[in-house]
Order: sequence, then C-alpha cells, then structure tokens
Amino acid sequence: MKNTIRQVFHSGKFIVGFFIFMVLLLIVIVYPLIVRGAPLAIIAQGTFFPPGIYVNTYDSINALTTYTLMLDNAAAKRIANKLSNDDRLAMKEWLVADGIPATQIDTSDIVSLLDLWQKNYDPNKSVPGMTNAKRNYYVRVNTSLQGILSIEGYIIATQNATTGALEQTGTVNQSDYVNISQVANVRVLPLGTDNFGRDVLTELVKAAGVSLEIGLVAGTIATLIGLALGLLGGYIGGYVDDIIMFITNMFTVIPTFVLLILISFSIGQDKRGAVTIAVVIGFTSWVWTARAVRSQVVSLRNRDHVNLSKLSGHSIVHIIVADILPYIASYVVMAFILQISSGILSEAGLSILGLGPRTTDVPTLGLMMNWAMIYQAEILGKWWAYFPVLVTIALITFSMNLMNTGLDQVFNPALRD
Amino acid sequence: MKGYRKYFLSKLAWFLVTFVFAVILNFILPRLMPGDPVAAIVGKLAQGMSNTSGLAKMYQQYTDLFGINKPMLVQFFLYVKNAAHGNFGFSFSQYPRTVANIIASSIWWTVCLQFPAIIVGWLIGNTLGALAAYLKKGFDNVLIPVSIFLSNFPAFGMAVVLLVVFGVGLKWFPTSGGYGFDLIPNVSWKFMWSVIVHYQLPFWSIVLIAIGGQAIGMRSMSIYELNADYVKYSRFLGIPDRKIVGYVFRNAMLPQVTGLALSIGTMVGGALVAEIIFSYPGLGTTLLNSIMGQDYPLISAATLIITVMVLSANFLIEIVYGFIDPRIKAAQAD
Repeated sequence: MKNTIRQVFHSGKFIVGFFIFMVLLLIVIVYPLIVRGAPLAIIAQGTFFPPGIYVNTYDSINALTTYTLMLDNAAAKRIANKLSNDDRLAMKEWLVADGIPATQIDTSDIVSLLDLWQKNYDPNKSVPGMTNAKRNYYVRVNTSLQGILSIEGYIIATQNATTGALEQTGTVNQSDYVNISQVANVRVLPLGTDNFGRDVLTELVKAAGVSLEIGLVAGTIATLIGLALGLLGGYIGGYVDDIIMFITNMFTVIPTFVLLILISFSIGQDKRGAVTIAVVIGFTSWVWTARAVRSQVVSLRNRDHVNLSKLSGHSIVHIIVADILPYIASYVVMAFILQISSGILSEAGLSILGLGPRTTDVPTLGLMMNWAMIYQAEILGKWWAYFPVLVTIALITFSMNLMNTGLDQVFNPALRD
Repeated sequence: MKGYRKYFLSKLAWFLVTFVFAVILNFILPRLMPGDPVAAIVGKLAQGMSNTSGLAKMYQQYTDLFGINKPMLVQFFLYVKNAAHGNFGFSFSQYPRTVANIIASSIWWTVCLQFPAIIVGWLIGNTLGALAAYLKKGFDNVLIPVSIFLSNFPAFGMAVVLLVVFGVGLKWFPTSGGYGFDLIPNVSWKFMWSVIVHYQLPFWSIVLIAIGGQAIGMRSMSIYELNADYVKYSRFLGIPDRKIVGYVFRNAMLPQVTGLALSIGTMVGGALVAEIIFSYPGLGTTLLNSIMGQDYPLISAATLIITVMVLSANFLIEIVYGFIDPRIKAAQAD
C-alpha cells in the first residue's frame, strides 16, 4: 500500500493534478475564513461592476489627514482621464469641419486645443452630414470639458439643519491626497460584481466548494452503485449477471442527460437543493463503473487464488473483499475521480438549462454560468462574470483527469512512455 | 450472409427493446413526481396564460390527450398512440403552436449541426491520437495534455470561449442565431451564406471538444496494438513499417467505433448546451425555452425526440461496425 502510494507520487502528471486540486481545495477552505460575508449578499446597486478597488468617496473626503503631493503629471493625467485621445481627434474633426485649417490644430497640446474649442464650438451650429448621435456626442464632450483646466479645488458644504442654507465646511484641493489605509471603507472586488450586484470572487469560491461537494456526493453514489452491481454481476454470474447487464446496457445507450432533465424537472424547482441534484446525478451515472468493474471481476473470478479461497470455504463477502477488491481498487479509485469531475460538469450543464439547484440558498459553478448567460455577460464583454467560472471548472476537471491519467500510467504499464 | 443477418437482427432487437424502455421512462418519470402531470399542467395553465379562450381549449385538449381518470396502463397506451401520431398537444409557452410543429422546426438544425460535428471531431481526434502513438515524444507530449484539457473542458465553455474570441472580439462570425435576424428562411444564396456563417462557431466548438476525448482513446488503443505480438512478428518477417501501421490502426479503430456508439449520448447532451450559448435554433434552445416557460408537453416531446435520435445514431453506428469488423465477416464463413 505504502509502496503504491510512493509510486503514484512519482508520476509527474499525478503530482501536477494533485497540486492544482489541493490548491483549489485550500482556497475553498481558507478564503471564507478570511473574507467573511454571505456569498449571495447583494452589495452593489447596479450590474456588472468591473474588477478593482472601490474607495468610499465620502470617507476619502472625511479622512483624518489629507496629504499634499506636488506631482508634475497630475493635471495631465486628470485631463487624459476625462478627455481620451479619441475625443481629441473628434474635437479636431469638428473644428476642421467648422473651417479651421487642420495645420493649426495640435491634438497633443491640450491648452491650445481647448482654447480653440471654447472659442469656436457652438452646439446649435449644424455641420453638414453629421448624424444626430454624433451631435449629441459633441454636446456631451463639451459639458465634460467644463472646468477641466481650472486649478481651484472643490468646496465642501453641508446643509444647515435649521435654515437649510449651505455652509462651507472645507475644501478639496487638486493636490490633496489621502492614504488608502486611512480611508474607513475600501472594498476590493478582485472580480467585480455580477448581474445581481454580488461579489463575484466570494460567490465563486463558495460555488466551487458547493460544486466539489456535488461532485463528491454524485461520484460516491455512482461509484458505490456501479461497484455493487459490477461485483454482483461479475462474481455471481448467471441470471443475476444477465439482468444486471441488461439494465446496464440499457442505461448506456439511453442518454443520461435526458434522464437528468426529466428527473430534475419532475422534482420541481423548490425541492431541488444542491444535494438533491448531486444524488440525481449519482443515480444516473453509475453505468460506466458497473460495466468496467464487471468485466474486471469476470476475468478475476476464475483465478487460482479465488478458487483456493472458495475451496477453503470462505464466504462470498470475504472472497469479494479480500480476493477481488484489492485487484480492482486502483481502477475503482480512477473511476471515482472521473465520476467527480463528470458530476461537476453534469451539474453545470443542468444549471445552464435552468434545471440546477434552486437559486436561493447556495451558488454553484453551473448557476453562476447560467446567470452570466441569462444576462448576456459574454456579449456585453463582462468577462469577470463568466471567465473565472469557466477557468475554475476547467481547472477542477483538468486536475482530476491529470490525476487519473497519472494513476492510469502507474497501474497500466502498457501506457507508460 | 448468415453472420450478418444474425448480427443485424440482434442489434435491431436490442434497438427496439431500448426504444420501448426509453419511451416507458419518458412516460413514467414525470408521473413519479408528487401530483400527476395533468394537475401540474392545469396549475401552470392558470399562471402562465393570458389567452382565456386558449386556456379552456387547452384544458379540454389535455383532458382528452392524457385520459386523466383512466388507469395508468391505459394512459400509457394513449401516450404511445399520441406519440406515434406525432400528437404532443399544444405548447404552453408558444401557444397556439403545436409541440410537433416546434419540434419539427428545430430538429433539423440540431441534426445538421451535431452529427457532422461529432463525426468530424471523431475523425480528426482519431488521426491525431494515432499520430501521437506512432510519432511519440515531441508530438505526443504536446497533444496529450492539450487533449486532456479539451476533453474535460465543458462543451458550453468551449462555446463561450469561441463566441467571445471570434464573435464578440474579432467579429468574424455572428454571435447568435441560426441565420441573420433580418432574413426569412428561403432558398437563396444570401440565406445559405448566412446559415453557413452562423454554423461555424457552434460546429467548431463541438468538434474541438470531441477531438480531445477521441485522441486520448485512440492513442491508448494504438499504443496497445503497437506492442502486440503480431506487430513484433510482422517486424521479424520484414514487412514494411508502413504496412504494419496500416494494420495496427485498423485494429485500433474498431474499439473506437464502439466507443463512439457508446459515447454519442453524452456528446449530444453536451452539444445541446453548446447550442444554447449560441441561441442556435435547435433542440437545445427549444429545451431551454420550454424549461424556462415550464412547458411540460414540449419538454416531454423534446426529450423523447433526443432519445430517439441518440438511439438511432447508436443503432446506425452498430450497423456500420458490423460491416467493418472482420470478426463478423469470419462468423459468416462458419
């Protein structure tokens, strides 16, 4: 046993798969300890906030100390943030259409460009051939330019409770900075928020955990059923074997996916918990394990050591446990690993069809994918809503299959290089 | 001819048995749920429909269709009779279209998309797998991890990746539908071209997924065959390598054909979900819509049709296998 494990850990593929899987498992376990908060809590008003660090504006203004930093490029950055290169080219286009020679316009010199713009731009003037949308765009650009070159700061004012008049309480200068560690509320959203305004990363970690659980439950059930039927059919033979093989062959050709759809739909949305789905997947995916175990047991049934055991009067249970199981154990472990990964994929497929676990208590990888697809995250370019989910699914199944291939090469020497 | 006939008859019998069993499952599974389907349907009628005259008509229709008060066995034969006539009733979510009408308009999209894709994926996968086994080293080291990755990547994931890269990012292909939204299906070059363009992304996402699994299987089979005694013997006899390789791959191919027959159900399941990502007007999208609309008759009919498709494909592959497996030919000589 010890030797086998040592041998397994010599296989490069197995180690890589095992490592990826352990890292994922560690994240799933450790992350909730660090970042507390319900994975399905809606924290954002609005959909699909991009990934980044969110700093509370109110708290920034009220920060204990403000620092003054004299940075040369601060003004340039501020302008660039408001006025992109495309905007400048568009401004030049308007000015040229207005009759100013193109040579006089330098888009890299903001001051002279703005000067020209302010002198010449007239929102009411119609330029021939310009669409209405484009005209509105120029109005928008013009508004955003208001005060872009000013060097004064903003005045902070609060409303007097009795008179209702605004009273100045402070100023914010352009060179004022706060240290982010002194701002009371800073929220890091490494993967932004989803369509419901929930933190994608927290949700994803929880979903990965739930999906692994689903895979584990489904895999265990499928392996147990498959093992039991395979052992029974293979060892006892005769009518029992015929019946078991008949059922197994039947379920091999009838698409599992259809069975899953029918059963999940029949259970009904409110009764479908994550575990229920896992059990359903488990009960529909034992076929391959049963077939494989049976064929292995048939070849083992008449080996000498089994016959010897029979002659010694050992019970069937003893023979199966002591003389047959050890020979197929490696195979069963490999099948179990594959069952887990295919269980996770089945759940994802079902959820995309809208037949996954009910959406109110826990997220799963499939449900996250389903939500992203319903809200068209892929078309809108909100990659953070679906891409991390896909990567997680791919990493889980990939690591499982690497482990499986590694084990296969250890136990099946013909496949070694 | 005796060997062939026996083989075909046994396969045909098996096809019929599984077929009957599938129909029974399709009938019985929804009826195992708490409350019978008609009660559920009537319940859902009340919430989903706004058309009152349609409501009354549909209630009558389902009372007749299911024979509610009759015993289970009678209900089953009624179900079989209706199914055989293609009478699945009206759709809830797309009233007044009939279920048969909806299925008929989506089934060909699915058939024309999935079966060519699976066959092409199978062919490419087997070629690559055989090459990996034969060339070993460099090629093998690249192909195998890539294949493992591909074969375990869900079909819908591949669909999303292709959609985002080639549809949204590069804008080479349209992102959804089976043809341009501004076109009406007709026989014209413009429409054909639109269909072909819309076909590409769903097609390749299914092909890429199929390649992975097949390449791994073929590689293992080929390595196994390459180490077989007959190969060593042929080498001693001095038979040229090229000829031996031909034999080896023919032998390695046979289990792959059986493998295709066995895995076609899983593949179709995955591909149905891939269809959804592209809103391809096939059965996958129909299924999604019917689930969203709690459209029980449509779900029941769609799952039945998918099962029949998979069973028929399976049967066809078995028949083809009968022609190419020399052992069946040998049985004929006895």
